Parts: sequence; structure tokens; C-alpha cells
Amino acid sequence: MIETFRLYFSYPFVRYALIVGVLVALCSSLLGVTLVLKRFSYIGDGLSHVAFGAIAIAAALNLTDNMLLTLPVTVLSAVLLLWMGQNTKIQGDAAIAMVSVGALGTGYLLMNRFPTSSNVSGDVCTSLFGSASILTLKQSDVIFCAILSVIVVAVFVIFYNRIFAVTFDAGFAKAVGTRVNAFNLLIAATIAVIIVIAMNLVGSLLVSALVIFPALSAMRIYKSFLSVTVFSAVISVVCALAGILASILINTPVGSTIVIADITAFLICSIIGRMKG
Amino acid sequence: MAMRQLLCENLTLGYENVTLVEGLTFEVNAGEYLCIVGENGAGKSTLMRTILHLQEPLSGKISYEALKATQIGYLPQQTMVQRDFPASVYEVVLSGCQGKLGKRFFYSKEDKAKVFSNMEKLGLMDLRNRCYRELSGGQQQRVLLARALCATECMLLLDEPVSGLDPVVTMEMYELIKKLNKEGITVIMISHDIASAVRYADHILHIGSDVFYGTVEEYRNSDTGKKYLEGVDTDD
Repeated sequence: MIETFRLYFSYPFVRYALIVGVLVALCSSLLGVTLVLKRFSYIGDGLSHVAFGAIAIAAALNLTDNMLLTLPVTVLSAVLLLWMGQNTKIQGDAAIAMVSVGALGTGYLLMNRFPTSSNVSGDVCTSLFGSASILTLKQSDVIFCAILSVIVVAVFVIFYNRIFAVTFDAGFAKAVGTRVNAFNLLIAATIAVIIVIAMNLVGSLLVSALVIFPALSAMRIYKSFLSVTVFSAVISVVCALAGILASILINTPVGSTIVIADITAFLICSIIGRMKG
Repeated sequence: MAMRQLLCENLTLGYENVTLVEGLTFEVNAGEYLCIVGENGAGKSTLMRTILHLQEPLSGKISYEALKATQIGYLPQQTMVQRDFPASVYEVVLSGCQGKLGKRFFYSKEDKAKVFSNMEKLGLMDLRNRCYRELSGGQQQRVLLARALCATECMLLLDEPVSGLDPVVTMEMYELIKKLNKEGITVIMISHDIASAVRYADHILHIGSDVFYGTVEEYRNSDTGKKYLEGVDTDD
């Protein structure tokens, strides 16, 4: 086992994968509580499908760096979904279902019509469920991911107090002059960024797991916003590391292995929470 | 003469096609205790939201004197989100200081000192590390009251602060609000409970099919007051 790890870690891309894994796990857990409690979880789910569609378009256009398209499109969709949820006659959740299925369908059509390699179903599968192995990350991906992660963490720390206030009681926040709509937009845009970077690791269908599970696990045990936030970041990073290492050892797809680790952590936390009463 | 804090002139409230109240005129002076009563759907909450600038009046004018809308301490009705929100009592009360953040990102020492003095005042010190969602209804309302106090020096707006509380805790809550009022804080409260409204408040605003504004004494002697207080035991 040690030998396997030593062999793997002699390759730079394995080290990249670990770095990306930790960063992605850290970011994705931060807004989990807000997402779960503001009933925004489904927005996260919808956005990941949009990101899938955007990747397909980028591939069809033969863009060398598909992030240049995927990131702005996803952020824009986040803003749009939030706005649709508040202002139109179409119900928020129906709007999200529409957008997400639309993006999935269009994405698959494009990938099928403009294949970038001979293995179309393999490509689709990778976009949806993440790479079968972690050996496909490039150094440029790692740098891109690192920069966005730093931005996400910084935004979260700087606006921590206001994010708490807006999530806990939007009415009160508005009454005392906090610009609730602006912060909802900021939260939605940040979620979009998180989804785009997390997709590298686990694929678009599994992204939500990375966002939702650590927050739910931490909420079983801890009672204050700060402790829940810190603990969900810890759980998320630990699960991501465990998932990546396990995927190397037992030769499983990275994304789903991390999700399994998150599910396990959730079950353990539920049991501990039960026992604490 | 008492200092006027809030003046509402000829307000018409409602939504796009629905007018709830018309021609509402009243004022609130520093240190007063105004109860807003009336039937469900009469526009009590709409009025409160309008005072807080959460919604615009269809017509009419609200003027704040000696205070800004954002200096009003607001105690809203509880929301669904709060029922499973992981937050300590301290964190919730601290969020009452958010209006003072201005361009800062983090709370100052003064903000935190204020949080502690308000928790002390409302007897929350022992509960400060407890989880908000695990408290009893009365304790939760006291936490939200402490948060509102952090947002204001001068005026509290309370939206049915006793709804869902048992009779004993309801009395405690009313006494607590009265005590804060005696210490000089202006109170505007929405209430269903007319008997308690005339017992604790000094002014009544009744909206609905009948509209009345005046002191409690005037309300008792008015036709509206007599109609709604009939059969209600208002002896102290």
C-alpha cells in the first residue's frame, strides 16, 4: 500500500489532484449551510447541469480553455435563476428544472454532434461523473482552481457576518439596512464559481453532494453557525482526501469515491448526533 | 412637548390592485407605546413593513424625525428557516448589530459589549451558547428582542411578539416590553390581543373596517373601542 502511494506521488499530477481536491472540498463546504437553509440546494443542482451544457458548447467550439466559457455562463445562470425564482410567474423550482434539463439535453446533443474524441460516451460520462481517474488534471487547471478557491474563501470570510445575517433572517437584515438582494446575488454567484471548480473533480452530477453533505453532517452534531461552518470544512477536506487516496488504492472513479466518503461521514455524524441527544 | 419620532400622513397601503387601508394618519412620540390592532388581513403587517421601508406605501408620506428607518429595532414573526438553523444565542443577538457595520466587515468591541449588556438585560446570559432552535418559544422571542435592542437606541417595532406563547410566558413578555418602554424606548406593537393592548399601551391604532387612532382612554370611549372591547375584561 505504501509502495503504491509512493509510486503515485512521484507523479506531479497526483500531487495536483490532492491540492485541487483539498481546495475544492474546502470551498464547496463553506456555503453548504446557507444553501441548505435558504432552500438554494436545488439551484446548485440546476447550475451544475448548466455548467455541463457550457462545457459541451466550449468543446463544440473547440475552445482550448473551456473554463473561459463555463465560468461566466454558470455565474450568469445563477443570477438568472435567482431572479426567475423571485420575479416571474414560473415557479422557482420549475424554472430550475427547465433550465437544468434544457442544458443537459443541449449539452449531450452538442457533445454527440461535435465529438472531441472517438469515445463520445466516455467524454459524456466524464463530464457527468468526473474523471475515471485523477490523472487527467493539467497544471493550468490546478492554478486556475487555486486562484478561484482563494477568491471564494476570501469572499466568504469577509462577508461571513452578513452571509449569516441574510441567511438567518432576511426580513430583519433588510429592515436594518443590509442590502439583502445584493448579498443573495453574491451568494448565488459564489455558488456558481464553486460548482465550476468542483466539477473538475467530481463531475457535474455529483457536485451537489460536495456542497450539501458536509453541511448536513456538521449540522447533526454542532449547534452554532461558526462551529457548523468550521466542522463542515474539516469533514469535507477529510472526505475528499480519503476519497482520492481510496480511489488510487482500489482503482475506483474519484468523484463517486469522494461521495461515498461523504455519505459515510454523514451516517457517522447522524449516529453521534443521535447519541448526544 | 414630547419629541416626535415618526409621522405618517394620509397613508394608503396595499399591493398592486388591492387597497388594504386608506387615509391613515398618526404620529409616534419618543417614549410612547402604540399598539396596532385590527382583524387579520386588515393590513397591520403591511403597515409595519411600510414603516420599515420594506415596502412602499401606495400613497401618503412617512417622515422619520430624530431617527432613521434603519435605527428601528424590528422583531419580525419567526420564519421557517429559523426552525432548523444552527445558530447560538450569541450569534443571533450579535447579528442585531449588522446595521452598524457600515463599511466594516467584522463586529467591533463596542458591538460585542452591547450584545452582552442586552443579553444581560433580558436574562439570556446563561443561554448564550445554547442553540437558538432548541430554545422554548418564550426564550426565542427574548433572543429576538435582544437582537432588536442591538439595532436601536430608541424604537422597537414588534410584530405579534407573543403569538404561540403560553399565557404565563405571554405575561412575562408583556411585562418585559413594558419595562423596556419605561426605560425610555418607544414601542410600536402589532397585537391580536386587544385586552392586553389597552392594558399596556398608551396609544391605539385600530385598522380594518373601522379606523381609529388615539390614546387608550379615547379608544375605550370610542364607538370602535366599545365594539371591540365588549365582553373583553380590561380591568387591571
